[in-house]
Amino acid sequence: MLRLAPVATLLVFLAPIVAGLLSTALPAFGWFPALGGREFGFGIFARLFAQPGLGTSIALTLLTGILATALSLALALAFCAAAYGTNAFARAQRFLAPLLATPHAALAIGFAFLIAPSGWIARVISPELTGWTRPPDIATVQDPLGLAFVAGLMLKETPYLLLTLTAAIGQADLARSLATARMLGYGKFTAWAKVAIPRLYPQIRLPVYAVLAFALSNVDVALILAPTNPPTLSVMIVRWISDPHLDLFMPAAAAGLLQFALVVASIGAWRLGEIAIAHAARDWLTNGERGGEGRLRNASARAALTLLFALAIAALAALAMWSVAQSWRFPDALPDRWTSAHWLREMPSLAAPATTTLLVALSATAIALMLSVLCLENEVRSGKRASKALALLYAPLLIPQVSFLIGVQTLLVRLNLDGGFAALVWAHLLFVLPYVFLALADPWRALDPRYTRIASCLGASPWRVLFAVKIPLLLRPLSVAAAVGFAVSAALYLPTLFAGGGRWTSLTTEAVTLASGGDRRVLGVYAFAQAALPLIVYAAALAVPAILFRNRKGMA
Amino acid sequence: MRRRDFLIAAGAHAAAPAFAQTSWTETLAAAKGKPVFFNAWGGDERTNAFIAWTADRVRAEYGIELRHVRLRDTAEAVQRVIAEKAAGRDSGGSVDLIWINGPNFLAMKEQRLNYGPFVERLPNFRYVDAEGKPSNVVDFTVPVDGYAAPWRLAQIVYVYDSARLPKPPRSMAAMLDWAKANPGRLTHPTARNFLGATFLKQALYELTQDRALLAAAPTDANYDAAVAPLWAWYDALRPTLWRRGAQFPESGPAQRMLMNDGEIDLMISFNPAEAAVSIANNLLPATARATGLDGGTIANTSFVSIPYNAANPAAAMVVADFLLSGEAQARMSDPRHLGNPTVLDVERLPPDQKKFFADVPPVPGMLSAAELGRALPEPHPGWMTRLAAEWEKRVLR
Repeated sequence: MLRLAPVATLLVFLAPIVAGLLSTALPAFGWFPALGGREFGFGIFARLFAQPGLGTSIALTLLTGILATALSLALALAFCAAAYGTNAFARAQRFLAPLLATPHAALAIGFAFLIAPSGWIARVISPELTGWTRPPDIATVQDPLGLAFVAGLMLKETPYLLLTLTAAIGQADLARSLATARMLGYGKFTAWAKVAIPRLYPQIRLPVYAVLAFALSNVDVALILAPTNPPTLSVMIVRWISDPHLDLFMPAAAAGLLQFALVVASIGAWRLGEIAIAHAARDWLTNGERGGEGRLRNASARAALTLLFALAIAALAALAMWSVAQSWRFPDALPDRWTSAHWLREMPSLAAPATTTLLVALSATAIALMLSVLCLENEVRSGKRASKALALLYAPLLIPQVSFLIGVQTLLVRLNLDGGFAALVWAHLLFVLPYVFLALADPWRALDPRYTRIASCLGASPWRVLFAVKIPLLLRPLSVAAAVGFAVSAALYLPTLFAGGGRWTSLTTEAVTLASGGDRRVLGVYAFAQAALPLIVYAAALAVPAILFRNRKGMA
Repeated sequence: MRRRDFLIAAGAHAAAPAFAQTSWTETLAAAKGKPVFFNAWGGDERTNAFIAWTADRVRAEYGIELRHVRLRDTAEAVQRVIAEKAAGRDSGGSVDLIWINGPNFLAMKEQRLNYGPFVERLPNFRYVDAEGKPSNVVDFTVPVDGYAAPWRLAQIVYVYDSARLPKPPRSMAAMLDWAKANPGRLTHPTARNFLGATFLKQALYELTQDRALLAAAPTDANYDAAVAPLWAWYDALRPTLWRRGAQFPESGPAQRMLMNDGEIDLMISFNPAEAAVSIANNLLPATARATGLDGGTIANTSFVSIPYNAANPAAAMVVADFLLSGEAQARMSDPRHLGNPTVLDVERLPPDQKKFFADVPPVPGMLSAAELGRALPEPHPGWMTRLAAEWEKRVLR
C-alpha cells in the first residue's frame, strides 16, 4: 500500500496539470468547437501577435521577471556573504518566517500605499523636505519600466531565497570550509563568494527557477504594481479571458502557451548564464586574491536587506493604519481622525471569505501533510532515497499558473466540477504540496534512525512507530510545514479565481479585487486581515509543540 | 420546478392580473430559503454596502440568502454563463442575478442568455417611470424587452475641487483649454472600464458632426468620419493628462482616490451625488463639487438580469422586485448611501411606499436640475465597443 503513495501522489497531481496544458493547447491551435474552432493551424497565434501592445508586454514581462530574480538572488547571496555567522544573520532569520507567511498581494498593496507619489513616504517628508503641498506627477507605482513591480517581488522573493540558502548552508557543513578560508587570509565577502557560493548554488537552483517562473508569470502582484498599458503577459491573458465577447478566448489560450514558452526559455537562458558565469569565474576562484575585508560591501549588503525588511514592515503598518483611518489627507504624516468603523462595518462581509480561506487552507494543508508523510515514510522504510520522480512535485512551481489553469477551468466546467469545494482544494493542493514536502523532507530524513530501531526492537509495528514515536518527535517540523502550507494556500489568487468559479472568494481574491477600487480604508481592512490570518496560524503552529512539550527539554 | 418557472414566466404576458397575482405568490414560495448569487462589480464600497443591506432585508423579508459575488469586471459573469452554455449546463447555473447594462447586456441578449421576459411580473415594476426616464426600458438604444429590471439611474457629471478650480469647464473645448493650462490635473479611467469609455462617449456626443448616427450601430462607412473630431480632440488632450496620458486609473473609485489624494482636480462621474456622498464618507475633500455640461450629459439605467440557466430564478426575481421597492429606492437615492436618482415615478407610489422618500434628508452639495443639465440618451453600444478597442490600439504600444 505504502509503496503506492508516491505514485498516487504524482497521479493526483500531474495528470490534471498535463490535461490542463493540453486543454489550453487545443484552443491555441484552433480547436474549440464551442466557439466554432474546428481547424488546427497557427491562425490563432497570428491573431495573438496582432494584438496591440503584445511586443511591449512580452518585453516588460521578461525584463521585470529576470531583473526581480537576479536582484533577489544577488541580495540574498550578498547578505549571506556579509552577515553569515554574525548576530545580524540570526536576527534576519527571525524576520524570515513572518515575511514568508505574509501573502504577496497584501505586501504589494501595502508597498503601493508606501511608495505612491501620494504615499506614506511622500506624506512623511512633505511638505517640509520636498515643498510638495500636492503629490508630484511622477509614476512611482505602475511605472512604465516596472521597477515598482520588481521591488514588490523582491520583498517576498529575497526572504524566500534567504531561507533556502539557510537550509542549504545547514546541509553543506560550510562553517569549517569558511573558517579555513578565513585563516588563509581571505576576506569575509570573498571567502563566501569563492568557497560557499559554488557549493551552495546547485542546492538552491530549483528554488531559483521557481522564483524566476513566479516572477515571470504571477498575476496578483502584477495587477497591483506593474504598468497597465500594456500590462505583463499574464495580466493581459486574464484580461482577455474575461472579455464578454469571447473573441479573445482562443488567443488568450495561445498566449498561455506563449507564457509557458517564455518561462521555459528564460529558465534555459538562466542555465546558460550560470554556465557562462561559472566558466568566467574559474580563474578568479583560484587566483588567490584575498579580497580584503570589504567593509563597504558588507555594510551595503546589510543595509540593503535592512531596507527591504523595513519596507515590508512599513507596508504592513500602512495597511493597518489605513484600516483605522477616518480621513488621511496628503500631506499629513498620520490620519487626523481614527475609527474602528471600517472594521465593524466590514466584519459581516469579511466572515465569508475568511471562512473560505481558512477551510480551503486547512483542507489542502491536511491532505498535503498526509501525502508528504506517506511519501517520506515510504522512502525511509524502503531505504530508497527520494526517487527522481518526486522531483516532478515541483512542476506546479515551474509551470506558469495561467498556462494550465485556462485549460483546467474548461475541463472542470465540462466535468461539472467547477465552483465545487473539492476542485478548489485540489487546485490549492497543487501549490501547497510542494512547499509542505520541501519543509518536511529534510527534518524527516534527518531523524535519527535509531529511535525507529529501538521502538521496533521493543515490538512496535511500523505504523505504531510512526504515530507513537516519529510524529511526536517531529511535531515541530510538522507544525512548521503546516504553517507553510497554510500560508501558501491563503495567498493563492489565480487558482482560487479559476477553480472557485466565482462562487468561492478568499481574502486574497477580495483584497486584489478591492485594490482596483478606491477606498484605501476598506482595502486596508481586507489586506490586513489577509496578512494577519497566516501570521496567526504561524504563531499557533509554533505554540502547539511548545505547549504540548512544555515539560520536555529540546522538543519544543 | 425549473420547467414550471419557465411556463409561468412565459405565460405572464398573456395572463390576467389575477393569475399574475397568484403566480407571484408562488414565486415567493419558490424563492423561500434559496440562495441568490448576485454577480455585481465589487469595486465600489458604497454599492457593496448597499448590496449587503439588501441581503439583510431579503433574508428578513423573504428568507432569501443573497450572496454578493464581487466582480472585477461584469464581463466575468457573462463569460461564466457563456462557458456554462458551451459546456451544456442549461440549468443549475452558478449565476442567479447580474448587475448589467450596455455592451454586456447586448452580448447576453444577442446570444439569448437571458431568463424571461420577467420584469412585467414584478409587482413593483408598475411604478417604474418609463416615460420621464426612457433609459429604464431602452438600454443604450437596445429595447430591454422585459429581460432586465431597472434599479439605479445614473447621469454623467464632472466632479471638481472648487478650492483649486473655481469655475469648472462646461464644454469639451473649455476642458481642453483648462487641461493645457493645468497639465497633469485631469485623467479618466481606462477605456476598458465602463466609466472610462463613457468619458470618450460624452466627448464624442459633443464633438461629432451628426449626433443622429449615434442612435444606431456604427457602420464601417460612417464610423471613421463620425469619430475623427473626437480623436483630434483627444490627441490634443492626452499629453496634458495625469502621467502624460500614459497611465490611467483602473476604475471610477480608483480615479476618485487620485482626487482625494490631490493628484487631480477634475474627474468624470456617473453619479450626480458623487461629490455630496463622497464628502460625507471622507472619500473626497470638503471642497469637491459637481457640474454638468452646457450641452447636457449622457444618462443611463443600471439593470439586473437573470441568466437563462440560473439555479434560482424565482428568488432572483424576488430580489429584483425588492430593488424596485420604495424602501430600497429611497435608500438608494439617499446621499448618505448611494445618492442615485430613483428609477420610480415617486408620485405614482402608494402612500406606504412613498413615505420612505419623505425620510430622505436634503443634503447640501447636491446639484440642482439646472446645474445638472439635459439628460442625453446613450449611444448604441457598438460605438462604445469600437471606441474602447480603438483607444486600446492608440494607448497600448
